[in-house]
Amino acid sequence: MSDSGDSDVAWTYYKDRPEWNDVTPVPEDEGPNLVVVIAHSEKFVDVYDYFRAVLQNNEKSERALHLTKDAVELNPANYTVWQYRRDLLKALGTDLRSELDYVELVIKNSPKNYQVWHHRRVLVEWLQDPSQELELTGDALMQDPKNYHAWQHRQWAIKTFGLYEKEMDFVDNLITDDVRNNSAWNQRYFIVNNHLGWSDLNVQREICYTLEKIKFIKNNESAWNYLKGVLIHDKRGLSGNAVVTSFCEELYKNKCRSPYLLAFIIDICDEAIKKGETNCLHNATRAVELCQALATKYDKIRSKYWNYMCEKFKKAQQEEENNKEKAANMDE
Amino acid sequence: MENRIRCYEEISSETFDTENVVTDSSSDQVDVEAVILKIFKQFEKSAEIEPEFPVIRKRVHCQLLKDYLRTLPQKYECLDASRTWIVYWVLHSLSLLNDMPDAETLSDVVKFLTLCQHDDGGYGGGPGQYPHLGTTYAAVNALSIIGTEEAYNSLDRSSLQKFLWTVRDVDGSFALHKGGEQDIRGAYCAVSIAKITNTYTDALFDKTAEWIVSCQTYEGGFAGCPGMEAHGGYAFCGIASLALLNKTHLCDVDALLRWCVNRQMRLEGGFQGRTNKLVDGCYSFWLGAAFPIISAILSQENKELLETVLFNQGALQEYVIICCQALPGGGFIDKPGKHRDVYHTCYALSGLSVAQHGTGAGDPFIVGRPSNELNRIHPLYNVAPHLAYNAVHYFIRHPPPVKDKN
Ligand SMILES: [Zn+2]
Repeated sequence: MSDSGDSDVAWTYYKDRPEWNDVTPVPEDEGPNLVVVIAHSEKFVDVYDYFRAVLQNNEKSERALHLTKDAVELNPANYTVWQYRRDLLKALGTDLRSELDYVELVIKNSPKNYQVWHHRRVLVEWLQDPSQELELTGDALMQDPKNYHAWQHRQWAIKTFGLYEKEMDFVDNLITDDVRNNSAWNQRYFIVNNHLGWSDLNVQREICYTLEKIKFIKNNESAWNYLKGVLIHDKRGLSGNAVVTSFCEELYKNKCRSPYLLAFIIDICDEAIKKGETNCLHNATRAVELCQALATKYDKIRSKYWNYMCEKFKKAQQEEENNKEKAANMDE
Repeated sequence: MENRIRCYEEISSETFDTENVVTDSSSDQVDVEAVILKIFKQFEKSAEIEPEFPVIRKRVHCQLLKDYLRTLPQKYECLDASRTWIVYWVLHSLSLLNDMPDAETLSDVVKFLTLCQHDDGGYGGGPGQYPHLGTTYAAVNALSIIGTEEAYNSLDRSSLQKFLWTVRDVDGSFALHKGGEQDIRGAYCAVSIAKITNTYTDALFDKTAEWIVSCQTYEGGFAGCPGMEAHGGYAFCGIASLALLNKTHLCDVDALLRWCVNRQMRLEGGFQGRTNKLVDGCYSFWLGAAFPIISAILSQENKELLETVLFNQGALQEYVIICCQALPGGGFIDKPGKHRDVYHTCYALSGLSVAQHGTGAGDPFIVGRPSNELNRIHPLYNVAPHLAYNAVHYFIRHPPPVKDKN
């Protein structure tokens, strides 16, 4: 928050400005008793008393536009002020380019605020000009690579105006910087899902990319989740992709006990059971074992969940055994 | 057994393994763990002397909350457009702590909320502000908590329903206000408001469930809008509104459950909001409350009652009580080192309540002394269950009066 205190030497209260003396300030209507009354600074009270007056009179003027700037600076989350400012911009035919520069500045000061990003989006829509959005969001993501608002604005601009061209490089760099940045992985999915498409080739390429990253660190949930996400689009499913299954079994053989690996193998078993395609590695018995290992050793915080899953697989295991028995009886 | 309290040794064995690859995410995580381990260590020492530890300092929190219901310090200027939220956060916290303000104060609150009600329907964040779905949701919940005829009757439901129509988009999604941003919070707030106040119609929510489902991501959680990253707050909005709409069969509940269980931090015990992010006290509710909803859905689907919630209730209580209580002043925080605020106080307490009561079936599981027990919440609305039912039934029994044409 910017300083709204009285240290602001050059500040003149609206009530002391001659160009505003035709306006009667409207104090907040608090009712007879105090309820969640905020101890505002004198400046805050003054600015908002005049903002309420302008709003009440529906005054559409340059000075009102300027007033909304002061109001927004004191509280950038005031959606009423932003909405009224947009109404003013329209009514006055203000140069939207300078407004774009202005909101960029506000975004730099309050990058985690719904209203400022929405204002930006409306301006870009009005101008039909997304040429600065990748840079603007790129800057915000440099400061905070997981800033949800910045990503959301970026996705909107990319999707609305078809700006996919260099996005994969952008994402690659972010994942290289921090392979645990889940927002970057999500953006990767966004690009393939909305632009490149899940062709067999793309699916295999994404799988290879992800397996490389998992080799690098095995406890990275982001990469494991992405792998599962990609495999939604593999016609052979989770259990039918030999590259993936052998990769997982290799890790397991080499004593890797990352809970995400074990969970992934459980998912492979689950799919195999559901498809009726169990084999010596992927079956209900294995799933039961892995759930127990997770519950008691490798993922204890989630023991309740793994025990719950375990019970589900035990039922499947019972069926598997019944089937085996039946088959054996038939042989006799 | 699965809900027992963890000892220090057990907790300290869960430290993050960087696998010799340090990145921004891992160093942030390692830093937080170091601070939290120190607090747990200290706690274990004091618990040896005081066997009833940990304690929720209810009286301190209630005093702070009651002060806040009247006046707030200047640092709350940034919430000047969220004052109905502050009312809800404070009243709900007090209701959880079983220490509601007197009738006169509550009547003052109703009068204040009436000032925030807009002529076009709905509530603004303060008197004279434009109506907004978030601040309307907060006002409606606050009135439900107050639960008096005066509170119920102060609500203008004909104009409220008109307001809901003005923020609805043809695809079934909702903008937070006229001309404002559009995301899954809008859908949840609209559904919750409409269900409580009996202003719900099928037409008003046509395609809304489908739109919400399009926000479920490959990770299993829900995002703010289609394409974005799964996020705890939005996941709650997604599953709670689908449940209110009776459309949970449209989403992948198993995937949601997996994503939700993975948000509980193995060392801290609290929840993170997104994959590879840090623990935060407010997600105790946003994720915590998703669990009783999921248990109810699974019970329905499998026709076999799932009476428990599938996260570690003890560990969450430890995190909230030991690491998130702001003492001696009162209130709760995001994580150690952060300042307290009303938002985190409300959602840390709400999450704590879910951690204690689970699905509501069976005995509560209370970490620390028995008086730590909080009142229960309704996980879809986040007000006490009986207060939600009372409001719903009142508004069913009293359909909105036909508005005077003058
Ligand atoms: Zn938080």
